[in-house]
Order: sequence, then structure tokens, then C-alpha cells
Amino acid sequence: MRVRKDESRPLRAEDDVVRARQAVRSWAVEMGFSLVDQTKLVTAASELARNTVVYGGGGTLRIELLEDGARKGLRLVFVDEGAGIPDVETALRDGYTTGTGLGLGLGGAKRLVNEFAIESRPGAGTRVTVVKWK
Amino acid sequence: MDRIPILKMGPFLLVTIQVDMHDRLALSLQDDLAERIASTGARGVLIDISSLEIVDSFIGRVLANIAGVSRVLDAQTVVVGMQPAVAITLVELGLSLPGVRTALNVERGMELLRGVMEPDPDAVDDAGPEG
Repeated sequence: MRVRKDESRPLRAEDDVVRARQAVRSWAVEMGFSLVDQTKLVTAASELARNTVVYGGGGTLRIELLEDGARKGLRLVFVDEGAGIPDVETALRDGYTTGTGLGLGLGGAKRLVNEFAIESRPGAGTRVTVVKWK
Repeated sequence: MDRIPILKMGPFLLVTIQVDMHDRLALSLQDDLAERIASTGARGVLIDISSLEIVDSFIGRVLANIAGVSRVLDAQTVVVGMQPAVAITLVELGLSLPGVRTALNVERGMELLRGVMEPDPDAVDDAGPEG
């Protein structure tokens, strides 16, 4: 599996969440994802980008075009150096929220993609990686 | 700061969301609508989201809040025009917009709002028993 192309974007303020959505959309369109898959990926990106800004205190999004044999996919990596998530299991549960959302952010985003990984340590930040295969 | 315009049409307020909203803009729409319902005495709010390419959990919550606040202020909210891909994604996300009335398009949304304003006390009741 290799990364054919990639781009990094800052996630510092609310407006960056909007720009991140638009960037993910244009990559998904370029790769020829169906409209439903584009929408799922952009929605997942919106949830995760908001988490990075609001809970992670800001960070970055890396967008990568993956090629695995004949298969192509889009990988999104959200990294922050915030407080981290003490209990990832609980955070993934629907309805769990520490903030203003519905608590569907992480768990919801996971359902909208094909692969989902989260690494987090209290005090050391959080890294969420998702992949949507075409 | 940007604002989403709110139009008054008879007893109803009309909102067409045409931009990719950042969270603050969505929240200010929520506040603006509450104020306009109170100041105009509007009986219904129609929100057209046909231009929205996604509805995530934040926007979903704002729509649910708008519906809740307007109900308390004696107005009904109808969200219209959701794109099919957005609907599919919303359900998968785990969001079913509880308490939010939806209609396929503006026309049906208006019908729904007018229906909610009935019954006119002078009108002949031919709608049958309520289901």
C-alpha cells in the first residue's frame, strides 16, 4: 500500500472545519467516490475536525490518497496535542459527550468509514485515522 | 458577522441555508430565529436545507434545538429539501432528528404548516378523526 498524494491542513479555528470539509469533498470528488460515499466521508471529516478543534485545542488534518493494488482509498488523519481521551471505549459510545454535541461524533464517524483507528493518551493528544475505500 | 437571512411570509418565517455553515453561524441562526418568532408572532418556521451538502451531529442538534425552541414559542418548524445522500448519512450517523418535522420540498412543507394552523373554527371538519 502506498500514498500517492497527500496534503496537510491546519485545524485551529471553526472556519478550518469548514475548509477541511471542502478539501475532503474535493479529494473525494476527484477520486470518483459516489455522492453517498462523498457525503459520508465529508460528514465523518466534519465530526472529527470539530473534535480536533474543540476538544483537542487544535491540530492538523492530513489527507492521503492510498493505492493498494487496484484498490484506491482516502485516508484522513486528525492529530492534536490536546488533553487526550482518558477512556476511548466510553468516548466511542453513542450519546457520550463532554461538550455541546450529541455525543455521536466519534462513534458516528466510525460508522461512516471503512477503517477507524484512534490512539490517545491523557496529556499527549489524540490521533484519529479513518480510511474510506472506493 | 455573517447571518443567515430570515424572511417573513404571512404567518411563517422562511430560512434558506445556502452556505456551508460554520458552527457559530448555525448557533446565531438558532438565536435569531427565536427572536424573530417572538417579535413577529410567527406560527411556523420553514427551513430549506436543499443546498446543504452535509448535516453532521452539530447541525442536527441545531435543527432539533430550533424545533424545540419554536414549539415552546408556539410555532411549528418544518425542515425541507434534505438531499437523499444527506438523509442516508444522517441515519447511519445515528441521527434521526427527533422532534423535527420534515417534508420533501418547500411546497409540501408549506402545506404541512398550513395544516398545523387549522382547524379554522368556522371550517367544516372533513379531515376525519386525527390519527
